[in-house]
Amino acid sequence: MEFLQQCVIGLVQGSIYALIALGYTMVYGVLRFINFAHGDIYMLGAYFGYFAAGRLGTSERLREGGSAGFGEVALVLAIAMIGSALVGVLIERIAYRPLRNAPRLTALITAIGVSMLIEYGAQSLFSPNPQSFPKLIPETPLISSGDFQITLLQVVIIAVAIALMAALQFFIFGTKIGRAMRAVALDRPAAQLMGINTDVVIFWTFAIGSALAAAAGVLNSAYQNTITPLIGISVGLKAFVAAVLGGIGNIPGAVLGGLVLGFAETAVSATDYSAYRDAIAFAILIVVLLVRPSGILGKTTAEKV
Amino acid sequence: MKNLMMGSALALLATALGGCKTPDANTNGGNDGAKATPKVSRARPYSGKDILLGEYASLTGSEATFGLSTHAGIVMAVDEANAKGGVLNKKIRVQVEDDGGQSNQVPGVIRKLIDEAGVLAILGEVASSNSLAAAPICQAAGVPMLSPSSTNPEVTKKGDYIFRSCFIDPFVGTAMAKFARTNLKAKSAAILVDSDSDYSKGLRDFFTQSFQAQGGKIAATVEYVKGDTAFQAQLTKIKSANPDVIFIPGYYTDVANIAVQARSLRLKQTLLGSDGWDSPDLFKIGKNAIQNSYISNHYSPGSKDPRVVKFVADYKKRNKGQTPDALAAVGYDAAGVMIDAIRRAGSTDRAQIRNALASTKNYPGVTGTITMDKDRNAQKPLTILKIVGNGYQYVTTVKP
Repeated sequence: MEFLQQCVIGLVQGSIYALIALGYTMVYGVLRFINFAHGDIYMLGAYFGYFAAGRLGTSERLREGGSAGFGEVALVLAIAMIGSALVGVLIERIAYRPLRNAPRLTALITAIGVSMLIEYGAQSLFSPNPQSFPKLIPETPLISSGDFQITLLQVVIIAVAIALMAALQFFIFGTKIGRAMRAVALDRPAAQLMGINTDVVIFWTFAIGSALAAAAGVLNSAYQNTITPLIGISVGLKAFVAAVLGGIGNIPGAVLGGLVLGFAETAVSATDYSAYRDAIAFAILIVVLLVRPSGILGKTTAEKV
Repeated sequence: MKNLMMGSALALLATALGGCKTPDANTNGGNDGAKATPKVSRARPYSGKDILLGEYASLTGSEATFGLSTHAGIVMAVDEANAKGGVLNKKIRVQVEDDGGQSNQVPGVIRKLIDEAGVLAILGEVASSNSLAAAPICQAAGVPMLSPSSTNPEVTKKGDYIFRSCFIDPFVGTAMAKFARTNLKAKSAAILVDSDSDYSKGLRDFFTQSFQAQGGKIAATVEYVKGDTAFQAQLTKIKSANPDVIFIPGYYTDVANIAVQARSLRLKQTLLGSDGWDSPDLFKIGKNAIQNSYISNHYSPGSKDPRVVKFVADYKKRNKGQTPDALAAVGYDAAGVMIDAIRRAGSTDRAQIRNALASTKNYPGVTGTITMDKDRNAQKPLTILKIVGNGYQYVTTVKP
């Protein structure tokens, strides 16, 4: 029973990592650079959700023992996703676009700078102290037998993650912009020559990646109870590991990597070696990269000189 | 190019990790301080016009209320002393510096207090890991340091200039184990410990020892790391071990999150804690999940002792009606003990103040009568409180 229960916990954790990892992998696919501020977008998403729930009066009602309606939760989630998407796009416009033709290392360092700006900016804006995040979705057990239970919140997290990933899949393979995105990922200069507006493609890449991270931020914060301006650091790092693990630039890879990492972490936490959880997460990354340098689902490409 | 890129990304990642995710790297230095004692020159003789006391505290971060409460207590004691004419006919001032609750910030903050501000003596910290980072520096500089509430035994072992005006972990761990066995009739216990915190690990060891010595069984010991937000896996493990009580020696933010997640997983056991729980934020974050838990603490604000009644009333007047938590009370007492020692030393010579601190005897504090033992620890009784509603209910007092 404990094993099954831990599997559920690992699946939830993995879904969260997967949602964030998608943002890393999409940006890498299109621009070939790691957006280190992505974890902070996740954090901002959580704060947008927190403020939205406060403004709508949801937090107040939940504190007094009431419940939040479906529409309300969807609205909080939508506000957080749109807010983060705007911030993501803005960051790209201000910080990354001017550097698009500069060496990649320049953009990478800029990303780290942006990340720190958001973290410390948020500390002075929102206070560095933890805030209690409203339980938007109650943890009523849906299935419960003996020691095993699955709660509504857990099911919603998994369901929203699957729905968003399905929507992303449709977007990439079923729409014109999605096709353009794939073309740019394949070869940006060539796509540009074929008349694809790369700025539009990059705009959508950042908007969608950031929105997915925001959704993860809101759901995970409701699950874990508190938020601080630094929650994005470790979660963002783990999601980055997940993206590399699955094969950076590869969308199913990000999902797979997220799930592998979520399960691995939960498995370690459940043993006597719980203190080594992060060490083991990174050890897995190193081993996978040694065996398959391009990640589990990544394509081995010849180096273009 | 691609490989080079990934390589540099990972290298940067490593530095990012080193910079942000390991705030307690210095704890190791604290653990074997003899080896890792930084090279520090003696502080210059005190030359201030007033009496300047330094305080380092977590005024922000996940233990912010520790620092803020302690500071409020210290300022109150200093104001009261100044109203009576100060000490050595001089006005007392406090310079407080924020360490953000991170032990890697502590050395810089302490150097600032000693080298730049030239403080006479230092008060702080609450968290043992932070006090352990400061103690070797204060010792080497010859500046007396008095911790109001760090309970890990190692803190005062760093040298003869390091004092504390509270009890130590062996006493707390033993008292809580005895309480669990005798009063709660617990046969088995699980422990959830913060593997980054010297305070938490110390309490785990002494609780385990004493609980087993009294015939109890430790059903599971699992670890988390300060700053973690997901505890579901560890709690599920505890759930399947099915103990009678769960002991969580940690700090309030983590503990409140743990309690909320434990109740979501339908863990119904009584939770036991320690003074690290005591914060107004515990109730804000923990809400219903922490009800009916028992914690050990330095004092009970509901006590009928006239000294405590007066302290609570005066504190409320100064602090918008807020009831002083234990950290405020121990802060108040620590400042009182320090001022008393300076008065008895009769000079601003730090060695003489050290000697006066060491000979503190029967100081009438609000958290009990304070006498320094030969290891520079205070011998004081401990209070066990039950969390009911938004406050505490007095349960019992344990004498040393």
